[in-house]
Amino acid sequence: MKTQDIKKILLMGNPNVGKSAIFSRLTGAKVVISNYPGTTVEFTQGLMKIGDARPMIIDVPGTYTLDPTNKAEEVALQMLSGGDVVINVIDATNLERNLYLTLQLLEHNVPVVVALNVWDETAHKGIHIDVERLEKHLGVPVATTCGLTGEGIKEMVERISEAKAPKFHKHSDSHRWQRIGEIIEDVQKLTHHHHTLLQRLEDISIQPLSGLPLAAGVIFCAFWVVRFIGEGLINYVFEPLFDKLWLPLIMKVSPFLGSGTFLHNILIGKLVDGTVDFKQSFGLFTTGLFVPIAMVLPYIVSFYLILGLLEDFGYLPRLAVLVDNLMHRLGLHGYAIIPMILGLGCNVPGAMAIRLLEGRRERFIAATLMAVAVPCMAQIAMIVGVVGERGGRYVLIVFATLFIVFILKGLILNKVLKGASPEILTEIPPYRIPQPRAVFKKLWMRIYGFVREALPLVLAGILFVNILYALGVIDFMAKIFAPLMTKLWGLPQEAVAALIIGFLRKDVAVGMLAPLDLTTKQLVIGSTVLSIYFPCIATFVIFVKELGIKDMLKAALIMIGVATVVGSVLNLILT
Amino acid sequence: MIIDLTEMDAGELGVISEVQGGHDMARRLQSMGVRPGKRIKKVSSHFWRGPQTVEIDKAQVAIGFSMATKIFIEVQR
Repeated sequence: MKTQDIKKILLMGNPNVGKSAIFSRLTGAKVVISNYPGTTVEFTQGLMKIGDARPMIIDVPGTYTLDPTNKAEEVALQMLSGGDVVINVIDATNLERNLYLTLQLLEHNVPVVVALNVWDETAHKGIHIDVERLEKHLGVPVATTCGLTGEGIKEMVERISEAKAPKFHKHSDSHRWQRIGEIIEDVQKLTHHHHTLLQRLEDISIQPLSGLPLAAGVIFCAFWVVRFIGEGLINYVFEPLFDKLWLPLIMKVSPFLGSGTFLHNILIGKLVDGTVDFKQSFGLFTTGLFVPIAMVLPYIVSFYLILGLLEDFGYLPRLAVLVDNLMHRLGLHGYAIIPMILGLGCNVPGAMAIRLLEGRRERFIAATLMAVAVPCMAQIAMIVGVVGERGGRYVLIVFATLFIVFILKGLILNKVLKGASPEILTEIPPYRIPQPRAVFKKLWMRIYGFVREALPLVLAGILFVNILYALGVIDFMAKIFAPLMTKLWGLPQEAVAALIIGFLRKDVAVGMLAPLDLTTKQLVIGSTVLSIYFPCIATFVIFVKELGIKDMLKAALIMIGVATVVGSVLNLILT
Repeated sequence: MIIDLTEMDAGELGVISEVQGGHDMARRLQSMGVRPGKRIKKVSSHFWRGPQTVEIDKAQVAIGFSMATKIFIEVQR
């Protein structure tokens, strides 16, 4: 095949074999790479270079077979018909199982090149593969690669033009396995090798007696470190920056605009005791910058740093196995913990990862649980910042309430909804030492994503609040919702403004509780209700796409119902 | 003797003799390397009918409990 004729190349392979790492090497594009099956749930495309040609290359979600068993795999199958060449990425440490998809691809009459990836790990695992003979068996080029270091990628690209579609007959399942057996017999030799330290650690973390305490320790440490780094950044970097540099500047501009004028209110906001209070003034250039940069960003940085390390190390699938039991009682299986953990960073990628779950019932439960009881890091940071001023235990009350809601709601949904939760079936990847460059690249992508997408929305939210106040809309809404607010939740009617903005950005909404002079109890109720009542607009859009409008309406009713009940109960029991 | 996967002890070795259950389940298991004739090592089993983790061809797989009761293993005891 001439390279000029190649317009579209597909990267296909089993989950977690390193397709995204190779994709990122080929295109220079920035994509999220982790060490667990299902990192890529949607396809990503980019341009690569072969000689003078610039074909499009597509990173297809991982799939074990061409007979799809979940939504991510359906995506993979649909893509196949559009490709000129398939680069079939194979995990060399797992050859036999990976060859199943390879044979299916070869039967599909599409030109294939095989990238024998993770090649660097075969030696110390005691796996020897005769590449030339494998190539003869398959009838297509086979190149050894290491996506993480980039070794062999160039050679693989050079062989894309040799890609061909050998005339493989359609096989039955058992025939395919038989043939694979013959190939393996001929090309692969396994030798004994001693357990490495990492493998011993793998063992410790998957045995229940040692694994459960270890998981508790890992989770505790993770949160402790996230808080330590987050608070450190706030106290020693961002707050001083705002207080020492930004505040004097703003205070010089303030008299020119004239306190109380419309423009002053929008840009700088209200002065508190004659000066700007970054948490309460609510102007674009005060609270509008302070909330996303000095309150939320530090936590985003620290959370995604720790998450990235855990992802790349390969810990998350093990956690999924350990919590499988608990999750079953909530109508889910253990793997559902991964969307939830991603949701703690931002509900949007979390909601997208729900696609990994097999059944509609499971996806519905996972989505409603996430929307109600998994606050995103932006919101968590604001709760820590705003409620934390009244004492750490009140922050604990908010999160403990959300945790109880998560469990109770799961138990109830599992009882009420027809059907049973499917069982976990997942591969557990080996531990790998995270590569600093990869970790920081991923961290940078996620921070950049936050700044690009969240910062404008936060500013828009604050502008919107000021306009709504100026137009009297908030006062009007406050009167309408007063009974709900005051009678049920014990909140002042002005708090309705936070609920309105909560649709846009939850972090701004929590911030809006700060200037309201709330009692501690009201603050706790307000932040809890804000977490529960509805997802933010960005998450909502994803949910509609993933669940369909009908299920989303059902989910929305559940959310509003739960918020009403939880707010009222807190109002009754807290003093 | 032949026992099901949940009855294996942690660390025990065996050979898969049969995978029962629906076609879909068998296919999903197959695609992860769980199929008759394969050598298998039980790694761990989790409390209260939790998932069973096994090692096949140097790769680990976690299998839900009731799925695991349909996988039969020939062991030497």
